[in-house]
Amino acid sequence: MKALEAVEKQEEIPPTEHPMDDVLRMDRIPHIWCPGCGIGLAVTAFVNALEKMQVDLDKVCVVSGIGCTGRVAGYIKTDSFHTTHGRALPFATGLKLGNPDLKIVVFSGDGDIVSIGGNHFIHAARRNIDILVICVNNFIYAMTGGQVAPTTPRSAYTTTSPFGNFETPSNIPQLAESAGAVYVARWTSLHMRRLTQSIIEGFQKPGFSMVEVISPCAMYYSRINKLGLGIDMMKFYHDNSVIKHGEPTENLDIGFQSQIIVGKFVDRERPTFSELYKGWKKEVKTVKRES
Amino acid sequence: MKADPKNVFTGSHYIDGDVACAYGAVAAGCKYLAGYPITPSTEAAEAFAVKAPYVGAQFIQMEDELGSIASVLGASWAGKKAMTITSGPGFSLMMETIGLGAATETPFVIINIQRAGPSTGVPTSTGQADMMQAKWGSHGDYEIIALAPESPQESFELTFKAFNLAERYRVPVMVMSDECVGHMAEKVVIPNAQELEVEPRRYFTGSKKDYKPFKRDKDLVPWMARAGAGYKLYLTGLTHGEDGRPIFDVKTFEMKSKSLRGSTNRYLVDKIRHNRDKIIKFEEHQTDDAEVVVVSYGISARVAIKAVKEARESGIKVGTLRLVTVWPFPEKRIEELAHQVKGFVVPEINYGQVVYEVDRCSQGRANVILVPHGGAAVHDSDDILGAIKQAATDHNPYDRILEYTTALEREVFGENMVSKI
Amino acid sequence: MNGNQACAEGSLAAGCRFLGFYPIQPCFEIVQHFADRCVDVDGTFIQMEDEISALAAVLGASWAGKKAMTVTSGPGFSLMMEHVGLGVMLETPCVIIESQRFGPSEGYPTQAGSGDVMQSRWGSHGDYEIITLSPNCPQEMFDLTVRAFNLSERYRLPVVVLADKAVGSMVEAVIIPKAEDLRLKKRKRYSGPKGKYLPYEYDKDLVPWMVKAGQGYRFHVTGLTHDEKGYPVMNAKCQEWNVHRIINKVRLFSDDIIDYEEGYTEDAEVLVVCYGSVSRAAVRAVRQVRKEGIRAGFFRLKTLWPFPEQRILELARQVRTIIVPEMNYGQAFLEVDRCSRGKAETIFVHQDFPKVRSGVDIINAIRKADVKA
Repeated sequence: MKALEAVEKQEEIPPTEHPMDDVLRMDRIPHIWCPGCGIGLAVTAFVNALEKMQVDLDKVCVVSGIGCTGRVAGYIKTDSFHTTHGRALPFATGLKLGNPDLKIVVFSGDGDIVSIGGNHFIHAARRNIDILVICVNNFIYAMTGGQVAPTTPRSAYTTTSPFGNFETPSNIPQLAESAGAVYVARWTSLHMRRLTQSIIEGFQKPGFSMVEVISPCAMYYSRINKLGLGIDMMKFYHDNSVIKHGEPTENLDIGFQSQIIVGKFVDRERPTFSELYKGWKKEVKTVKRES
Repeated sequence: MKADPKNVFTGSHYIDGDVACAYGAVAAGCKYLAGYPITPSTEAAEAFAVKAPYVGAQFIQMEDELGSIASVLGASWAGKKAMTITSGPGFSLMMETIGLGAATETPFVIINIQRAGPSTGVPTSTGQADMMQAKWGSHGDYEIIALAPESPQESFELTFKAFNLAERYRVPVMVMSDECVGHMAEKVVIPNAQELEVEPRRYFTGSKKDYKPFKRDKDLVPWMARAGAGYKLYLTGLTHGEDGRPIFDVKTFEMKSKSLRGSTNRYLVDKIRHNRDKIIKFEEHQTDDAEVVVVSYGISARVAIKAVKEARESGIKVGTLRLVTVWPFPEKRIEELAHQVKGFVVPEINYGQVVYEVDRCSQGRANVILVPHGGAAVHDSDDILGAIKQAATDHNPYDRILEYTTALEREVFGENMVSKI
Repeated sequence: MNGNQACAEGSLAAGCRFLGFYPIQPCFEIVQHFADRCVDVDGTFIQMEDEISALAAVLGASWAGKKAMTVTSGPGFSLMMEHVGLGVMLETPCVIIESQRFGPSEGYPTQAGSGDVMQSRWGSHGDYEIITLSPNCPQEMFDLTVRAFNLSERYRLPVVVLADKAVGSMVEAVIIPKAEDLRLKKRKRYSGPKGKYLPYEYDKDLVPWMVKAGQGYRFHVTGLTHDEKGYPVMNAKCQEWNVHRIINKVRLFSDDIIDYEEGYTEDAEVLVVCYGSVSRAAVRAVRQVRKEGIRAGFFRLKTLWPFPEQRILELARQVRTIIVPEMNYGQAFLEVDRCSRGKAETIFVHQDFPKVRSGVDIINAIRKADVKA
């Protein structure tokens, strides 16, 4: 309310008054993302989720890899780590095992998580390490100037598929489910309220949770494919996304400018790595004592 | 063998060093490029991807750099001339497979557009700090060839030459460009195809029974075969003998240590050392009467030109030696010069790498001054000039490499900077 | 106790409570022993999906406040190269135990080698300095592993212990001191007010203060070139500020780090510079030729990097010939050759593994050098 009053009185809002001040590194704003980019919305959803949950931010760590989304760690005012390309998940694994009290969020892009980090993604999900992965999928490698990504839909143009992409893209939710994730959801950056809710659920769920955020890249993906500005992409998401909770993940492929199925697809229980490790240790200790 | 005119984009171009690398590769008959996007090398992959369908080449963007280089090795044994393009962090990831390439003696080319490191560093700015990594980055003993272009024109020429060297010596060849050269657009003249001599792959032509993938000629380079040509190739990264099979003791199913002497390992080193005079290339200017010689490579060599000119004008007898092949290193020539000169000045965009080799080869006969630079920019030519002056006037022999204190260091750390070694 | 077990004991004694690894010959015994013992001391170990992630997890655990290490051999070490760079850039204390094996690529997995000497110094891209230790017996596997942890905590960087298969499987008496006799270095911790913490602010020793994740300092660290706050800054000045310090925090204190052993050097005319398992044969060879009246001495490197440049030069001025036996085709030899600055003749002796034990080549080389004189 103070902010509103300030606007009415045409006063400058002192930066300390910003509602996200406690969660964002205000000394680093403005951020590096282009106009029309959807990563900022994903960050907003995440920050809102943190505020809603009233978690102790001192115990939250954000880890990210390289790329546009890889820069998220630098803007969130928790302990945050900007690591190497594709290796956010193993770094986070070490962090979690080194101090199990920490709550770890890996915030990275599709190239980082599925392409170069694909192996680590599979194994972190298999182990069911207590990590929330927020994967921003913009269908392209944007930081390096618009190359083909493992998620680029068929026939889409990129700088390294100058005649249209002919490869089959990855289906991230299906990959997560088959590897063993306990919570899998997908939203676009238009579905702010639902995305926030999913982040809360995934954060609170013990085990490996994955939330995919379909996000516009106005600078490269939209421009090379002549899809308009960020706002046009948002309109497209509005008209073409269908909410289907519990949809089998094999149906979640995304074609070029095709319908996007969003929703919460997986929510199941599996013992986490930490639980199993604790149990195993106890067992070994008793065996040792007896012998 | 002359180059295929279809592959050579003859004419005068205005392109950057990255694109020139791609054109050089195409001209040399490269038909396979596997890459992964990384600043500042991506332009080369993009240029190749655009040209690929017209020259019957294939471009694939792999899932990471590990995958890229492994697929390049595969393509090479399938009979294609193959290469990958990367930068620092990707280069680090390739280290294991470079070792496999060296051990299986696979010809391929790696282009490394160096950036400021370590780790992610400054991706969009220049550096020359991967020079030692190129030679020593993988475990175990092997030798490679590394070239350092100083301009887009040379990026074209050296990429072309890299393929020839790779085929001739069956060895991984690295083109160690840097961000400055890679992103610098200049006139590049591509000659007619008739003027370009391409080294064809040295295929074995004898009977299929006699073929041994690691049996050597006098020049220590073995003959190659293509997968699918009926030779029933067997390749392994394990230490192997001439027939390519791991050295196993049949009785104990263990690797035999006694027959290790029959392994091909020492040839991985010797084939390059033996042929080094044929491989090494460098450019010298005004060294005949020189008292100080500036040894440099890549973009640093271009920055040094101004300093050398100014030093000559002020009456200092200074010459330059520019390394075109950095590895193998021109030991003999440096040793000769060390007898003649008072000092060497080595400007590098790192804190000392090639300078160690210069220092070693000079055997204490000449002083060696390093002009360091942390990266993300090129040297200030005044620093190089200062180092030249110091080398020309200092008559005391040094006990170690002297690190010149640059203007940038003074600016960052103040005049009372932490004392340096 | 064999060298591998001694190494695992050393790490536990030094307070290591996290091991991330991926199975590889010939160092797996270290992991087995660690896994066996870590339940008693409440440690954690995890087998990751590859060596890349093993070192990444170790870095993560180190930031979570644990003393952490990984264990590997040649091919795995090559895969770790990118994260060695990250460890240097984030200034993360951790230890890498590398059991060297023969040859490039898969090579000879069950055979000892020492071809990774240069790699441990130069293997990652960009400019950095690193500390590498080289044990030559099981007792040193224990001692140098403890020292590696101390150095990594003191200088905040990854420290490599370059063992090899021979030292790892060698069985000898190992004396483990009492816990109170072990001097362990503590991490340089920050304990000031929360709002004031700067992750890369440093003082005279050029090492910044460290905190644990989850203590409420809410710091940010990045592999990008960064300023005091840990935020990325993309310019040459900041790059200079970073790299200069990362390098000089080792170079300026190299005298404190360097450790070596000398024997019979006072009157030596022929010097053998050696390290690792070859040094055992070399020392024996020197003792043997001494009996023949040849004035030989040995200089054994315990720290390979930083290299004892100054001492080698002093010795080069004194002796006529320096012989460097190595199980590779010339790596540490290049440094010896450089540091001797033409003051003494330098001779490289290649050592094939089967012949290492006898030390025949070394004795012959010493005799030859003596006759020449």
